[in-house]
Amino acid sequence: MLSSPALLWLLVLFIIPMFAMASLALQEGSAIEGFRMTWRFANFTEAISANGEYLLRSLRNGVIVTLVALLLAYPVAYWIAFYGGRFKSVFLFLLLLPFFISFVIRTVAWSFILSDEGIVFGTLKSIGLLPESVTVLGTTFAVIAGITYNLLPFTILPLYVSLEQIDRGLVEAAQDLYASKVEAFLKVVFPLSLPGVFAALLLTSIPAIGDYVNAAVLGGPGTAMIGNIIQSEFLRARDYPEAAALAFVLMAVMLVAAIAYARLLGTERVTEA
Amino acid sequence: MNERKQPRTDPAWIRGMTQRRMSRRDVLRYAGVGASALGLSSILAACGVEGEQQTTGPTAGGEGSPEWWADMKAAGPGDHINFTNWPAYIDRDFSIEGPGSRPSLFAFIESTGIDVTYRADINANEDFYAAIRPAMEAGQDTGHDIIVITNGQELTEMIQLGYLIELDPELRPNFDANAGPTFRDPAFDPGNVYTMAWQSGMTGIAYNTKYVDEPITTLEGMLNPKYAGHVAMFGNNADAPCLAMIELGIDPETSTPDDWQQAADFLQRFNESGVLRQWTDQAYLTGMENEDLWVSMAWSGDILNDKLYYPEFATFEFTTPEAGGIVWVDNCCIPNNAANPVGAMMLMDWYYQPEYAAMLTEWNAYVSPVPAGGEIVQADAAAAKGANKEVLETIAASPYVFPPPELEAKLHNYRVLEGDEIETWNDLFLPIFLT
Repeated sequence: MLSSPALLWLLVLFIIPMFAMASLALQEGSAIEGFRMTWRFANFTEAISANGEYLLRSLRNGVIVTLVALLLAYPVAYWIAFYGGRFKSVFLFLLLLPFFISFVIRTVAWSFILSDEGIVFGTLKSIGLLPESVTVLGTTFAVIAGITYNLLPFTILPLYVSLEQIDRGLVEAAQDLYASKVEAFLKVVFPLSLPGVFAALLLTSIPAIGDYVNAAVLGGPGTAMIGNIIQSEFLRARDYPEAAALAFVLMAVMLVAAIAYARLLGTERVTEA
Repeated sequence: MNERKQPRTDPAWIRGMTQRRMSRRDVLRYAGVGASALGLSSILAACGVEGEQQTTGPTAGGEGSPEWWADMKAAGPGDHINFTNWPAYIDRDFSIEGPGSRPSLFAFIESTGIDVTYRADINANEDFYAAIRPAMEAGQDTGHDIIVITNGQELTEMIQLGYLIELDPELRPNFDANAGPTFRDPAFDPGNVYTMAWQSGMTGIAYNTKYVDEPITTLEGMLNPKYAGHVAMFGNNADAPCLAMIELGIDPETSTPDDWQQAADFLQRFNESGVLRQWTDQAYLTGMENEDLWVSMAWSGDILNDKLYYPEFATFEFTTPEAGGIVWVDNCCIPNNAANPVGAMMLMDWYYQPEYAAMLTEWNAYVSPVPAGGEIVQADAAAAKGANKEVLETIAASPYVFPPPELEAKLHNYRVLEGDEIETWNDLFLPIFLT
């Protein structure tokens, strides 16, 4: 009986919406005349064949974002966990402070910052450090940078939690046994932080692959991601079945990736963090 | 039918496969699976999405009917109107703080005592429609009493689906007295049953002479590698396709799917050229202003207003393409279940008084639906002094505010799409705007 609220939660927020979407993905019709269930599985094959390019691009962006975010986040999390001292929570708060502002507004702010004659590139160009022709907005670089920025807290926090839990005595013990600082890190700290790394990987890569705001605001031709296609199918073309099928495909791809990854590296490591 | 060679199979194997011995428990179990599968599929099948096609026109006594309007008028206009419009579309006086900074609107508030919340929230017809559609679909108040929608796919659909309130002919005396002939009884809304024009304007090309030293009068000219990374086109499903057709010598209004294919191929070149920075919407104006964009598809008044009222944008130029431009009408309409339909109509009609129509024109430099307002603009320009005189004279003389017959002859309307055409059109053009 104790589990029933959880079940209800799962039913209302997960199972019913999934069902509605599965059903929608198999229908045919138009927004004006209505959609009828015709068990049209071709919606799926059509969705994949028409949008394979965007799926691949989203996966690629997701992988790059995740790697860059990890590289950026690990030193930050490490420093706060090991050297933050009594200001740890202050540092964490500072880290989260920009994220009290809405996701979209932060992204739009970046479109001003990255503008050709904006505060960054305008200045660099005027002092001659960059040629006039450099343009960042509207490129894949801007989109990936935007997603990385927006997801960075989701990478840092799990890393911080796992690093923070590491017993400092173990590092000292390693050094007592003549391990250098680097060896102590590689053989003790890093392996112990792996659950955090895995959690950070999942928490970063999944929203990164499905993101559409950054491509819409910071992107240009050739940067649309699968989320943009789903949004356009739902809201502009209003081809609900194809949009639903595509959303399902995306979910399936991510689920398979997550499962493969958990299989490869062991689920306990994912759930530990 | 495909003819396939029958595989040779051992009969014993078939027997073994087909005559499987089943225990009673098995039977029950499979029956259970079958039943739940059936149940599952019937649930799935039951989740159809209702069509929204409705018989247009209000039901007797329903919203928009004369009886309903009589009740509404008896109740009187409320004390508040939510007016949602496009940016850079209403006269501003930046020397005044608060509601007074929009003088023509403030005059309405002062005169009627009805408070108006003015929002410049509409950046693209598609996106705005997508945002209010769920409320309209569910028969709820969208939170807007007046919305401004361009003639086109979205407006046509809203009318077809019965999402807009039929206007009360008695509540628009100024419209009846002063609306210009082209704004009465338009093809997209015969009899002005659902709409009254806010402003009209043209889609053409804008460029910044600070970076561009030649007039750009064709879409082809926008593809110049010199401007790589600083060119934008509209990504809505009407402007770019129609302008492309005009450049290809096709009249969009009578175009066929083959013509659309040609236009799509033409537009696809923008994706492949490496010149285009973005398929954009109203955000093009910000892009022009911060000089990310040097050349962009543009709406006439936006550029003229920037050029005239802000010295830093004096280098902006607007032109309709050589082959011809697009003329469109932005229309005020009232969504179903709006909280204050009577007040909304009063406000819509307010702007059909020539003096207030003139205030709009003198600021936003769009084409006014009120010709008598134009005369006031001309008179004001003649009477003005100082810097303001130059601005007003430029507006009074602009072909994009008071189009002469030779320009009008080169202006086209959007293609009106019906039935299956919508899907064909969207399938051709939407993928171009999202690459």
